[in-house]
Amino acid sequence: MDALDKKILNRTQRGIPISEQPFTDIAKELDCTEEQVINKLQNMLEDGLLSRFGPMYDAASLGGAFTLAAMQVPEERFEQVTEIVNAFSQVAHNYKRQHRLNMWFVVACESQQEIQSVIKEIEQKSSLSVYDFPKEEEFYVGLYLPV
Amino acid sequence: MTAQQLRFDNIESQTLTPQQQLQLFAAIEQGLPLVAKPYDALAKYLNISEKQVISTIEDWQEQGMIRRFGLVIRHRKLGYVANAMVVWNVNDKSVDDVAAILSKQKVVTLCYRRPRVLPDWPYNLFCMIHGKTRSQVIDQLNEICQHDELANIDKKILFSNKAYKQRGGKYSHTSASGK
Repeated sequence: MDALDKKILNRTQRGIPISEQPFTDIAKELDCTEEQVINKLQNMLEDGLLSRFGPMYDAASLGGAFTLAAMQVPEERFEQVTEIVNAFSQVAHNYKRQHRLNMWFVVACESQQEIQSVIKEIEQKSSLSVYDFPKEEEFYVGLYLPV
Repeated sequence: MTAQQLRFDNIESQTLTPQQQLQLFAAIEQGLPLVAKPYDALAKYLNISEKQVISTIEDWQEQGMIRRFGLVIRHRKLGYVANAMVVWNVNDKSVDDVAAILSKQKVVTLCYRRPRVLPDWPYNLFCMIHGKTRSQVIDQLNEICQHDELANIDKKILFSNKAYKQRGGKYSHTSASGK
């Protein structure tokens, strides 16, 4: 990745203009050409450095229901419980973390009731408790990772 | 999620029908075309005008449905492999103040208040720090904790060992690709 790739990545992470020629606007800011911006973004997409180039939704304002859930899974059962949890299409992210509560995942549903029923089903299938940590207040969302 | 639940009827861009809005929503979910005039390309594809596309997306941004139009990087591929969830046990009265300080820190990418689950889990403020190495993240956390207001708060840092499942949210049932 060269210096211009990095500048483009950092600039476009912050969002692109909603204008007729947004890549021209960015090129002017970065002192390069529109073709360079488009080609470099295309290459980075193809190389898998970018996963998506599109809208960041405020999921909650779209009417969904979300929670962060955690479980204490015995080490010898970790793979098995992972399979149980990930089999739910409503489970969006699942991370193993270093703590007594070692499995952390996001549940994204259409309604609060559906969240509760997914949690209950996971508890039944795994015979383990699920801790439910719904968002009570959002203070900051600004995932920006400079390269 | 069904079309009805996308609540497009609340949106005040008079020029597009709810059905057209839904089509536009599904189209941008696939990602913006990487061409010189991406909004015009979308417009042609949907048989509407570029102005309609731009003003509708602007409306969605103003209404907060879309936070911004940008790119999602694969942070692991770009070297951000240390992803830490830092949880804080903050006095209920101080949550807003502490969250305000955390939200101002460059390295903090998300900050939410979530319920305690007592007695097992006393932590009520969650934030994320993404870094390239664990030691870098720990250094950054230590630096943040130089703030007097943060210095003496009971906290824990939970590094992720492994991502077992990762997918972006998908909100529109009309979009065809599983990307």
